[in-house]
Amino acid sequence: MSGLQLKNPVLRWIEYRLPIFSFLDHSLGSSYPSPRNLSYWWNFGSLAGIALVIMIVSGITLAMQYTPHVDYAFDSVQRIDRDVNFGWLIRDIHVNTSFFFFIVVYIHVFRGLYYGSYKAPRELLWMLGLVILILMMATAFMGYVLPWGQMSFWGATVITNFFTAIPIVGDSITTWLWGGPAVDNATLNRFFSLHYLFPFLIVGVVILHIWALHRFGSNNPLGIDTKGPQDSIPFHPYYTVKDLFGLGVFLTFLALVIFFFPDSMGEPENYIEANPLSTPAHIVPEWYFLPFYAILRAVTFDFLWIIDAKLGGVILMFGSIIILFFLPWLDRSPVRSSAFRPYHKWFFWILVLDCFVLGWVGANAPDAEFHGVPFVIIGQVATAYYFAHFLVILPLLGIFERPKPLPASISEPVLSGGGMAAGAAAKPMEKA
Amino acid sequence: MAETANPPHGGEGETRRDFLYLTAGFMSAVGAGIAVWPFLDSMNPSADVLALAEVEVDISPIAEGQAVTVMWQGKPIFIRHRTKGEIEAAEAADADAADMIDPETDEARVEKPEWLVMVGVCTHLGCVPKGQRAGDPRGEYGGWLCPCHGSHYDTSGRIRKGPAPKNLPVPPYVFLDDTTIKIG
Repeated sequence: MSGLQLKNPVLRWIEYRLPIFSFLDHSLGSSYPSPRNLSYWWNFGSLAGIALVIMIVSGITLAMQYTPHVDYAFDSVQRIDRDVNFGWLIRDIHVNTSFFFFIVVYIHVFRGLYYGSYKAPRELLWMLGLVILILMMATAFMGYVLPWGQMSFWGATVITNFFTAIPIVGDSITTWLWGGPAVDNATLNRFFSLHYLFPFLIVGVVILHIWALHRFGSNNPLGIDTKGPQDSIPFHPYYTVKDLFGLGVFLTFLALVIFFFPDSMGEPENYIEANPLSTPAHIVPEWYFLPFYAILRAVTFDFLWIIDAKLGGVILMFGSIIILFFLPWLDRSPVRSSAFRPYHKWFFWILVLDCFVLGWVGANAPDAEFHGVPFVIIGQVATAYYFAHFLVILPLLGIFERPKPLPASISEPVLSGGGMAAGAAAKPMEKA
Repeated sequence: MAETANPPHGGEGETRRDFLYLTAGFMSAVGAGIAVWPFLDSMNPSADVLALAEVEVDISPIAEGQAVTVMWQGKPIFIRHRTKGEIEAAEAADADAADMIDPETDEARVEKPEWLVMVGVCTHLGCVPKGQRAGDPRGEYGGWLCPCHGSHYDTSGRIRKGPAPKNLPVPPYVFLDDTTIKIG
């Protein structure tokens, strides 16, 4: 394991007292053995980490120019765009990297869903990732309030009003969150404070996430454990170079958007200063929240006697993420990779489609219609399917699905020459 | 643990230690709670925010059929000088009040029938309903329509259709004289 030979006497002096170089070597270096068959779907974890660093660096710089006060916030953001040296660039980097951050993380999550990366012994790794996702969402929501545009204000009003749905203490909690009778200066100030704090909480959980990852190493496209040195290759240089190539592609797309379409994913309404007396005709959250917004609005009826429609929507919206914490136990199949699960593979893609449908519903007004079908009905069907996937389909698949035979090891199909194990033959298709 | 009367040998020390652990642990928890409270409570509305709790409005310029919106505690307050038709529509609907989403009679919502004063914040998720300006959509019941999720309010500000669970709330207010009200 310890292949690290330090030649420089200064580094050796440090290593003896603080073994940081061997720690890095075991974490990201040649002493970290990784499955030899990782595909490009395994790039998105490191991309997410780099996106987080870009967000923190650009965010700290923006905070030096931003004024968290209802009378100045909107103007200070305009000043960043117009007067601050390279302010336009730094703000466009911050705004657009947040979108790419979510794209990368969503792909990372769905990769885990497809290849069963949440299964034993990686349950805690999966759950820590979900904690990161929740913290990211809270951070993004509070950051969106800071420019104090119309969507900032009304998004904040609608989202914080969720908490009024809580029985008995809801109103007190909401007033406490606001620091007043409505979203106002106190709210803006605390959101700024917390928006600065949360990324560092994310960094903390990311460290735990990587720690848990390194306990058993990465899952892989075959979903079987590495059985010896013939199944793995050192992380460095093989995967550092693969991650760097992926980073190059990622940064190319990011730069393309930042320099040529900087406002393409934002909401034009947010370039109007917040006005507490005038609600925009159509309030929508940022696109990465649209599926959750659709679930929130899908509940238009009262459950039982105690849960009214408002509370029901809030419960389902939070439930859509909470349910993922139970995924390792809802999916009973012992086979990880969908490459060997003929039915799960299809249900996975239906779930992906379902999430896109939810996003599409979330982007439309609830009383609008699509070819005569009200969007609220489409949203209700898609919401029901989302929960059915986890609560009904996955447990049943664990019982009724007959997985294909697994290859004996990662290296066997390659090194045995023939390589015609069922799984190995199926593998190229799954990347489509 | 509870057998202090006849402890087995060595048992007395264990029991005392348990007691000390429990009381020390409990007091630590109480102390931690007390230490945390100022930080949590500092996020509640501050004295200067609470001090802005009253506002006086001169309603003499508001002609019949017109409405104004004033700010009170950071929230829009709708003040509407209702027409005869609107008052009649609201009172006529009282007959169906029991079947409404949030049953309430028009009389219970006004000091004087021609003046309707209420908080202009949709009780669903906090948007400001449309209906204050002349060209605004007024919804199916001729009152207010929330643009966010389609809640329809009648000419008394009662929720009649849509996802909102409550009527538009009536703030505490008094008529100081015929042309001035004090909200708060």
